Amino acid sequence: MLRIPCPYCGERDETEFRYRGDASRARPPADAGLAAFAAYVYERANPRGWHVEWWLHVAGCRRLLKVVRHTESHQIHWVGAPQEPPSVPADASP
Amino acid sequence: MSAPPDFKQQPARARRASSGRYSFWRLVREGLKGQRGWSRAWAKAVPRPAYRVVIVGGGGHGLATAYYLATEYGITDVAVLERGPIGLGNVGRNTTIIRSNYFLPDNIRFYEYSLKLWEGLERRLNFNAMVSQRGTLNLFHSEAQRDLFTRRANQMRLLGVDNEPLSRQQLKERVPLVDLDNGRYPVLGGFLQPRGGTVRHDAVAWGYARGASEAGVDIVEHCEVTGIRRDGARVTGVETSRGPIAAETVCLAVAGHSSQLAAMAGLTLPIESHVLQAFVTEAIKPLLDVVITYGAGHFYVSQSDKGGLVFGGAIDGYNTYGQRGTLPMTEEVACAAVTLLPGLARLKVLRQWGGVMDMTMDGSPIISATPLSGLVINGGWCYGGFKAIPAGGMTTAHLVARGTPHPLARHLDLARFADGRTRDERGVGPFPYLH
Repeated sequence: MLRIPCPYCGERDETEFRYRGDASRARPPADAGLAAFAAYVYERANPRGWHVEWWLHVAGCRRLLKVVRHTESHQIHWVGAPQEPPSVPADASP
Repeated sequence: MSAPPDFKQQPARARRASSGRYSFWRLVREGLKGQRGWSRAWAKAVPRPAYRVVIVGGGGHGLATAYYLATEYGITDVAVLERGPIGLGNVGRNTTIIRSNYFLPDNIRFYEYSLKLWEGLERRLNFNAMVSQRGTLNLFHSEAQRDLFTRRANQMRLLGVDNEPLSRQQLKERVPLVDLDNGRYPVLGGFLQPRGGTVRHDAVAWGYARGASEAGVDIVEHCEVTGIRRDGARVTGVETSRGPIAAETVCLAVAGHSSQLAAMAGLTLPIESHVLQAFVTEAIKPLLDVVITYGAGHFYVSQSDKGGLVFGGAIDGYNTYGQRGTLPMTEEVACAAVTLLPGLARLKVLRQWGGVMDMTMDGSPIISATPLSGLVINGGWCYGGFKAIPAGGMTTAHLVARGTPHPLARHLDLARFADGRTRDERGVGPFPYLH
């Protein structure tokens, strides 16, 4: 069970949240071309280490959160608002 | 006087003892001779510095690819590199189900080919893989779902894949264990693929390893690939924990960790890694003679030959490389289990485990050449890789040997994503955590 510290509601069980995928993708400019958009939609770094991701607090404040979580230990390092730049540890190990 | 022969430089097959043919008569003979005549089923090979083909990953798909390369396409200068011992990855972690009840025509053809190969596999490998065509039964719980399954069944019939609809009455007789009138999601009917079933998964790895080894393939265990050698846009070999190995073609068959290996070659794949859990109960007397799939949630169950009920559900739902799984999904699977089969509540769960899945952006696998010449990928199996092992091996071997995709796997190329040809069986879009 993950315990996600929501900045608005406090620490809650993962069952209150819905996962919304990789938050590190940036939408390319409109004239970037097909290859750039295909990469944006489909390609994922899928790191074994720290992962910046979206979680939607559906059964709480219903806000979208940006979370930095380790994909092996599941340790959560940072939680913030969507527009905030995430704090990602330089070291891949938890 | 000439120097003594350097056996390490000899082709592996020259120093390889065969495990011999397995048969009833051999069993009797060995029984009378104190079981002293058996030898290793596959040779523990020492890696040579160069091969024509290096397959990374000694799981089901890697071993099957090696086997078919050697026996079907005549390429025996092949090494399979496995980080640990073979058979301990996803080939030994799945719920052992085989079936071809898909909806998209390309997928039906591919998985039906696989099912046909399963049907002749034991004879071909001379190895008892316990292929048991006990049938796979999908239940539906609403009128809309009945329409959906009827459409799927018709699509299969159009392509010559047999299946039969089952009424509530027929279900009562066939699977008395199922609570058809459960308060949550009453069962309206089902559709059965009689040729579906289960296979002993470890035996698949062992059987293919033995067959490949006897055909001259080097199966190298405890050899971790740590890097992929490139010369511009060409892959020339791999770096391993046992030294560099050159290869004309490198084939990745490491589903669960495809992104990691591809990153060593500088590629980014349309894949996320997720964990899928599976469970087995204590062994009991024969209770269930068919594979049942619940339609109102994600739950499937069958009884192993040892007697334990083997079951599983959906992926946990967020990126992870942790081979363990977390409790919320365990609870969800247990809920589905006792809703459908209340009798299961009396059983103790003996073991629970997790396997890491390559979840692709459309839920279909990838058997493809890559932008780098000399690099081929077999991966992206989501949680359906086990049933596809024979077809995956055969079509990957075709791609490696001929350089062109096998006709049955042409739709599984990497370029389909950018070209807008995704094969999205469930129609959910590029969200791997929802497939």
